[in-house]
Amino acid sequence: MSDAADDAVLRVEHLTMRFGGLVAVDDLSFTARNGDITALIGPNGAGKTTVFNCITGFYKPTEGRIALRHGDPRVWTALAALTDSGRRSLVRSDGALFLLERMPDYLVTQKAKVARTFQNIRLFSGMTVLENLLVAQHNALMVASGFTLFGVLGLASYAQSERRAIERAAYWLDLIGLTDRADDPAGALPYGAQRRLEIARAMCTEPVLLCLDEPAAGLNPRESAELNALLLSIRDRHKTSILLIEHDMSVVMEISDHVVVLDYGIKISDGPPRQVRDDPRVIAAYLGVADEEVARAEAEVGL
Amino acid sequence: MARGRSAKAMAAEAPAKPRVAVAHALKDTGVVALIAAGLFLPLVAFRTEQNIRNELTLETRWPLFFAIVAIVAAGRLAHTLVLAPWLEARRRRPRPAAEGLSRWGAAAARWLGPMAIGFAASYPALVLALGGSGGAVKWIDNFGIQILIYVMLGLGLNIVVGLAGLLDLGYVAFYAVGAYSYALLAKTLGLSFWILLPLAGILAAFWGVLLGFPVLRLRGDYLAIVTLAFGEIIRLILINWVPVTNGYAGISGIPRPTFFGLPFNASDAGFAATFGLEFSPLHRAIFLYYVILGLALLTAFVTARLRHLPVGRAWEALREDEIACRALGINTTNTKLTAFAMGAMFGGFGGAFFAARQGFISPESFTFTESAMILAIVVLGGMGSQIGVAVAAVAMIGGTEIMRELDFLKRIFGAGFDPTQYRMLLFGFAMVLLMIWKPRGLIATRAPSAFLKPRRNISGALAREGRG
Ligand SMILES: Nc1ncnc2c1ncn2[C@@H]1O[C@H](COP(=O)(O)OP(=O)(O)OP(=O)(O)O)[C@@H](O)[C@H]1O
Ligand SMILES: [Mg+2]
Repeated sequence: MSDAADDAVLRVEHLTMRFGGLVAVDDLSFTARNGDITALIGPNGAGKTTVFNCITGFYKPTEGRIALRHGDPRVWTALAALTDSGRRSLVRSDGALFLLERMPDYLVTQKAKVARTFQNIRLFSGMTVLENLLVAQHNALMVASGFTLFGVLGLASYAQSERRAIERAAYWLDLIGLTDRADDPAGALPYGAQRRLEIARAMCTEPVLLCLDEPAAGLNPRESAELNALLLSIRDRHKTSILLIEHDMSVVMEISDHVVVLDYGIKISDGPPRQVRDDPRVIAAYLGVADEEVARAEAEVGL
Repeated sequence: MARGRSAKAMAAEAPAKPRVAVAHALKDTGVVALIAAGLFLPLVAFRTEQNIRNELTLETRWPLFFAIVAIVAAGRLAHTLVLAPWLEARRRRPRPAAEGLSRWGAAAARWLGPMAIGFAASYPALVLALGGSGGAVKWIDNFGIQILIYVMLGLGLNIVVGLAGLLDLGYVAFYAVGAYSYALLAKTLGLSFWILLPLAGILAAFWGVLLGFPVLRLRGDYLAIVTLAFGEIIRLILINWVPVTNGYAGISGIPRPTFFGLPFNASDAGFAATFGLEFSPLHRAIFLYYVILGLALLTAFVTARLRHLPVGRAWEALREDEIACRALGINTTNTKLTAFAMGAMFGGFGGAFFAARQGFISPESFTFTESAMILAIVVLGGMGSQIGVAVAAVAMIGGTEIMRELDFLKRIFGAGFDPTQYRMLLFGFAMVLLMIWKPRGLIATRAPSAFLKPRRNISGALAREGRG
């Protein structure tokens, strides 16, 4: 692999996902570089969400390897050994490697530090905005509460950790402009705010890689611009790499560093935004489904 | 139908012409009463009865007949004059925002808990002061203790169903495990109630986990069916494992709890003799009352505590959206298991107490009806609300017991009328009404577990019931 690939935070290699006879993702390989916003685009049904589900452990890929790195890029050299060892992860003093396809979904977030949002928003709508952000810090708080024991006894150390968790939540609420609504049920927020909250919630898990499934869907132009600013600040200030599924080409072109294009589960283009935009295969794939795109956009507005 | 329309039209005019409305309503009521009389005259007023000589005789039941007609007429009058205009006005009024809870409601919710605890703590004294010691055992035992057992069971199941959103139809199994654990261990090992109480809880929790492991990958209806089956399996084991459980005959002579070693009996070493009191069954009743009150409060306290801890929040998050939980790194299997184990543990405590109080247990006490009753308490109370569960338990269990006291109904409905036989009917009726007016249970608000700003309750309207 080249030097560029060594700086990868995520390596997807020969990923194939079949549902019965349907090949949703076919031999897909790509890398997401550390500190980049990598966009995954493609027409409806191209298999983008399926790739996310494979990365985050919700689906077990039929074939392929999905590797994630923490820390020093040099840990990549241990990838082959880790694969052969049959274990899920390898932790060294300078970094760690995780084979995500071997991990159950919750460990992908808990240990490998990959967070995600969903195409159809999945907030805890009956709980408050603040509680949503506290649930995201579950694992840290669980340890702080001595796996509930100290917490039930009401020890001060836990109260302090909870205060810190609330502070972190308050920080994110401020960033997404929802401080005023902190104690309202999440389900009562307007759509755009729910999208932002879902991103903040994912960030509260302190991810290394943040996977966003169509975060700009259903947003108005102003909200969309705010979202771009938020994603850029997550990338630059929080040093979190982002993997982004997006239909809105203006968002993709404006903020992504690298674009991967899928069509019918097959990668048809891979490169910097400008190069991808001018790729005749990408244009063909998108023009071929232009009518569906219009219908879909209309359906979304109608909602 | 025509009348229905005129009533509605009248309701709309009501504010403008009240006297016309009253006259109209009276006429309408008269018509309805006549129809009711026509219907119930053959159905209710006359009845053929076979006497000893096998002859048919005609009996009349005028009091019942007039009572029914009067109820129908009064109901109609109340509907046209009060209910219909009110409903109409309510329909017209814009609905208040979901989160806009009245301040009165919030204040009531805050003070209801402490007031309820205060009342429960002084209940035996109140009973003694008001009724003397004559009927006190009945009021403390049949009402107080019985209700508190169900409060405790309701609070325990509330963890599983109300917080974690796992529909468990076999909760009585853990109650049974607790009861039989206490009964068998107390009889064979002779250990005291206070040692066996936690042990029974732990055993029940163990069974909860054991059931949980295979079952918790199921969701919604499937989980409900399997837990239902588990409840039945436990009962069938209790019936059929005769060498240990004594089958249908049950276990009798279970050691009763003692007051720190002093038994509640008339002996010289008994509680009464030691404290120089005259022996009375009241002592034991009061003691047991405070034991179960303490257990119920412990359940409420621990649950309230857990709700503010990460586990509790994870339970509620699980009810809201399990997939999102997993995406946040929460081990949902463990979280469900802890909910199951906690719920089962409190069920086990309840069971041990039940066995100690009765002195006799048999599989009869652990039928599906019990599970359904406890579930009804949780649902009626408002899923997740502790005070709601307590209120619902008082209404459901207290209601059942009250039905036994309504002897005056016999004067209206005839000597053959047994009010207790109608209690399930009345409960069904009450449930239907409640589900129409308060589909989210008595207490539909939810107290958030953390606040950025001053605390307040939020509407439960957006909370999900959970499909897990
Ligand atoms: N669990 C599943 N079982 C069967 N088929 C599935 C499953 N998940 C996805 N698919 C199929 O895989 C294909 C890719 O779906 P996917 O949701 O990944 O597309 P997408 O690129 O995210 O599309 P969209 O832009 O509409 O979100 C579709 O044909 C879909 O029907
Ligand atoms: Mg998708």
